[in-house]
Amino acid sequence: MKTIKLTVNGQRVTGQVEPRTHLADFLRDHFMLTGTNVGCEHGVCGACTLWIDGAPARSCITYAVACDGADVRTIEGFEDDEVMAALRDAFTAEHALQCGYCTPGMLATSRDIVLRLPDADEARVREELSGNLCRCTGYVGIVRAVMRVLASRRGAS
Amino acid sequence: MKAAKFEYERPRDLGAALALLREAGGDAKLVAGSQSLGPMLNLRLAQPSLLVDVRGLPELRDVRDDGDHVFIGACTTHADIEDGRVPDPTQGFLRKVARGIAYRAVRNRGTVGGSLAHADPAADWVSAMAVLDAGVVVRGADGERTIPASQFVLGIMSTAMGEGEILVGVRVPKLSPKSRWSYWKYCRKTGEFAEGIGAFVVDPARNWWRGVMGATEGAPVVIEDARSLDPAAVASEAYEAGTYEHQVHAVALKRAAAALNP
Repeated sequence: MKTIKLTVNGQRVTGQVEPRTHLADFLRDHFMLTGTNVGCEHGVCGACTLWIDGAPARSCITYAVACDGADVRTIEGFEDDEVMAALRDAFTAEHALQCGYCTPGMLATSRDIVLRLPDADEARVREELSGNLCRCTGYVGIVRAVMRVLASRRGAS
Repeated sequence: MKAAKFEYERPRDLGAALALLREAGGDAKLVAGSQSLGPMLNLRLAQPSLLVDVRGLPELRDVRDDGDHVFIGACTTHADIEDGRVPDPTQGFLRKVARGIAYRAVRNRGTVGGSLAHADPAADWVSAMAVLDAGVVVRGADGERTIPASQFVLGIMSTAMGEGEILVGVRVPKLSPKSRWSYWKYCRKTGEFAEGIGAFVVDPARNWWRGVMGATEGAPVVIEDARSLDPAAVASEAYEAGTYEHQVHAVALKRAAAALNP
């Protein structure tokens, strides 16, 4: 077991982990942060996408032990985030989710698109979302939701 | 699936990392971003007894201009290159390749050195560094040596590095402003490993007409003089004519060649 200290959703936490425990399991099992979903567990489906040190990352192929000193933000940590609030509204308006399993990862990736690529067109949004799989609604609503937030921010600026 | 049990160490410097590798006697794996090794561990295709995390080592984060080339430290992430946080001496070739690797969440943590050392023949840097005639710098107990990128990957997940060596970075030649390049790959889905890669680098200043056929079953096929290239003939070096693999590699070369010509 290794002792790690990191920041999770703004709070300093300490944990004892086995090196083989990936970050998603650590967050779910130690802190009940079950918004981070575990899908494929080999970096393909994107359900476990969250933010580490200010950028989106796969928490299933990132081991908790390697996050000693890191700043981790899960879907629960974005409750008061302005971009995430706009994305939540847009996902609702565009019917961008059904079962919701992919949604935390979709939102984590979408927030990155909105902040990093403010001028993205639909083709780019689709390319950027290609690492997040959805098995219910398909991608039309999700892409529309991201485009809606991008358009509204462009209009506001 | 969950990874099998392993120990984990984060050494303070390169010397300590080399010592850990030596002590483990071949049963340790180096890890940086864990974006290639992580899936292998979780699928239990790799079961090392020890992971040596080199991500924080400053020696592997070094980026410096060395005259006719730029040294890019092994732990530089794909996103570092995509975003231009490290200089691109190749007139945009590195940035183009970086942007096409997997997905942004992977690019934020996956590293150039990790990808090369992992040596999946379909990995983008394996082909890109080979066509660029880059040098892969490795350090071991006996000091440092540079392996030409075209001779680095020997086969699927097999490299010219010794067990006790650490990949410290790549020496990427500077291309002249008159150089041209192209990179074309076929993936069944955006972001997945390529099934066929074609790339060319033409630089009058170096008298270069280099090409590469990548995502093969082993080492990338480098074409030193690609001026009168026959894609089907090159594909035939690795695949039987008429097969899907032959076709996809010939097409990758053709499309890359077409993308090169203005």
